[in-house]
Amino acid sequence: MATIKKKIKVIKVDADKCNGCRTCEVMCSAFHAVPKYSSNNPARSRIQIITDRLEDIWLPVFAGEYTASECSGRNRYVMNGKEYAECNSCRASCPARDLFKEPDSGLPLKCDMCDGEEEPICVKWCLVGAITYEEREEERQDEPRLGEMEIGLQALADRHGMKKVLETVARMSKKG
Amino acid sequence: MRYAETGYNLEIDLATGNIERVETDPKLMALHLGGLGTSVKLHWDRVPPEVKAFDPENLLVFSTGLLNATPAFSANRSVVTFISPQSDTLAYPMMGGFFAAELKYAGYDKVVFRNKSPGWIYLYINNDKVEIRDASHLQGKGAVETQELIRKELNQSKLQIAAIGLAGENRVFTASIEQSRSSASRLGGGAVMGDKKIKAIAVRGTKDVYLARPEDFMEQLKGVTEYIQHRWANPIQDVMTILSGIGSPQEMKHTDEKWHTENFVWGNARTRRRDFWTDEIDESWSKSQHAAVKRLISCFNCPTHCGALISHKNTPRYMAKCFGKLTYAMAAYVDDLDFSWKILQRATEYGVDSFSTPQILAFAVELYEAGILTDKDFAGCPSDKEGRFLWLLDRVVRREGIGDILADGVYFAARKIGNGAEAFDHNTIKKHEQLPVKLGTLDPLYFLMYSTNEKISITQMEGQWPQSAFPTMEQRENFVRDWPQLPDDKFKKYVLDWDIRGEKAIPYYPTPDIASEIVDWMETMHNIDDACGMCCGMSSFCFKPPYHIHNYPKIISAATGMDLDEEGLKKIANRSRNLHRAYNNRKGIRRVDEKPPADHWKKRFPELEEELLSTYYAFKGWNHDGIPTREKLEELDLGYVADDLEKRGILHNGHN
Ligand code: SF4
Ligand code: SF4
Ligand code: SF4
Repeated sequence: MATIKKKIKVIKVDADKCNGCRTCEVMCSAFHAVPKYSSNNPARSRIQIITDRLEDIWLPVFAGEYTASECSGRNRYVMNGKEYAECNSCRASCPARDLFKEPDSGLPLKCDMCDGEEEPICVKWCLVGAITYEEREEERQDEPRLGEMEIGLQALADRHGMKKVLETVARMSKKG
Repeated sequence: MRYAETGYNLEIDLATGNIERVETDPKLMALHLGGLGTSVKLHWDRVPPEVKAFDPENLLVFSTGLLNATPAFSANRSVVTFISPQSDTLAYPMMGGFFAAELKYAGYDKVVFRNKSPGWIYLYINNDKVEIRDASHLQGKGAVETQELIRKELNQSKLQIAAIGLAGENRVFTASIEQSRSSASRLGGGAVMGDKKIKAIAVRGTKDVYLARPEDFMEQLKGVTEYIQHRWANPIQDVMTILSGIGSPQEMKHTDEKWHTENFVWGNARTRRRDFWTDEIDESWSKSQHAAVKRLISCFNCPTHCGALISHKNTPRYMAKCFGKLTYAMAAYVDDLDFSWKILQRATEYGVDSFSTPQILAFAVELYEAGILTDKDFAGCPSDKEGRFLWLLDRVVRREGIGDILADGVYFAARKIGNGAEAFDHNTIKKHEQLPVKLGTLDPLYFLMYSTNEKISITQMEGQWPQSAFPTMEQRENFVRDWPQLPDDKFKKYVLDWDIRGEKAIPYYPTPDIASEIVDWMETMHNIDDACGMCCGMSSFCFKPPYHIHNYPKIISAATGMDLDEEGLKKIANRSRNLHRAYNNRKGIRRVDEKPPADHWKKRFPELEEELLSTYYAFKGWNHDGIPTREKLEELDLGYVADDLEKRGILHNGHN
């Protein structure tokens, strides 16, 4: 298999430096407005500042993948004596919460790293440097990429065996 | 489509529980911008001068500013307007934090409360869903505590909440409205909120706010940002540290308090302690502050951070900003900064103004020491300074015993107590406690600002002019270099000419004419900020600020689609300023009321002071009594105001 070079984009979050201003939310949503900057609305931002002021928690979190179903359990983290609420460090746009969804349509939001810009917009406007941007290249095996459905089916086959998966699909299709 | 503003107000009738979403007249923006400007107009139209603070007809208005919830850095002020129980004028304390932006994202420019609720309530705004909810379970809870409880109750971590504590519930005249790290403190907004039985307002908004010319706007914002970075890299020289940078005074960051502790006065605005700041104090205060401040925090969309999360020993956490760190300790003559963090926590939960309240407590201590208040009044009070202050604070906030009288502020308490207490009311203007400063020679600029501004609170009307002359020509030249914010280059000469002694020194320089120009400029910039919801720490109360008269018209035009130039913008600010003036004239404010505390300066100059007032009034287009003339009002399209003032016999036809 061939090796290829892949650009890895990294936003580094120094949560201790965050002053909770939410400028990043304003700017992300303004940049993604159509036309650009014609409106803003932090609820549409792909970065959200998770805040619990008295607990000293200001945590910038970026919208990750959409998930159709919530996790089967929850995590609650305690770090440096601060207790983070459930799901606080998760990036998913998930049915269990209204974070990372378009407020009107409910469609999932996902951080696109402001593809095409010199640096992510949120990073550019965070003047205190709580979020910073790095790029690096990694060598990767050029594996054929699986489509979304293939990934899902592969996961099921891994777990239950291909035979069982095929039988189930056949049964389901009969039921209509 | 409305730009920058939402075009809607929420009208709440607390007596009937009726809630209406009312579209506003789009023309108002061109006349008054928004924020304070449009709020003053609303009060003028709807609240006649007979109405007192605790009448049901007194409106309590929470307003956003024109630029709130746009990407403009530091535009986050909420302006609260009401007839003050203290001054009986139209008060407008403001708060930073996160409330105004959230309200705009919810789709409203203002929330207007009228009448009184029969029982304790809080208002819950979630975009189009607006509910009056029972707050009986929150009665007696602290202002910070209440915010946390509502956030949990509604299970909404992104709610922004403005709340009152016990002081507001009990209509203490210095009660504040608290919100995240900020508060609207001056002149008793918390008392009016409590009188209407509103414990809190909680808001969540997820709607869009629009810009008319986004590209122009972002281009302007780029300039503002570059200038912020320029100012970070180039602090102003030869001024005290907290004034050298941008943002509100960085009280939570800097620990060197030599200037304030030695130049501000202690007790009930009494004693200057010129050699207070020793090495030991420096060390112990720095240690105390570094231990208490957990993190520096900002207001909405602002790159500086003037507030802090405070975690002091085992007192519950809270957020602080500004001079509250000093005012209680200094008023109580306590040399230990730990005391500040402790009493400030209690004061924040109670929700009281940290300028006025410590002075009221110190005033009580003075009266006790003078034998005017007695052991009977102080029954149960601990004898140590710290314990005494905490005890007094509890009494005032609960309106218990002597606290009930003190809760009306120094002016009214002095008159109620009598027996010579009036003489101890020496630091109020228009019945409102002032900054505890006592100085030597009259300063013409400060004289005018203290005397004539509707804000009454000096800390929020000064700003861009050096607080005193620079001793050397080199320093002056250095200061005037790179000063693009000036409305006119001639102002540079005033700084260069201004000396620390001799003919060109205070009290005679700046001359009354020059003083009028400078004060008018600073006041105009404050009025523009207050209409836009801009933090004055990034604008009018800051040397060489990022926002100024030359970029403001472009920013506002790009945001709103209006085509404003400097003259146009000044005219709008002037219009709202004169409307506010006329409003307070209607409430009875006249020349006789326009004076600083008698002992604010040791050396006073009665003739010069009269000349200063007359010159300034003439400059503003006001008559000898400080009332805008018909000519001035008509020039500002306020003919209807002149008619009203004439009808009431406040202006006399023909002879101003
Ligand atoms: S802009 Fe930076 S400091 Fe402000 S909230 Fe976002 S990450 Fe925090
Ligand atoms: S990188 Fe771009 S898309 Fe992602 S959160 Fe930041 S501004 Fe938004
Ligand atoms: S400068 Fe300070 S007070 Fe002003 S908006 Fe910024 S953080 Fe708030």
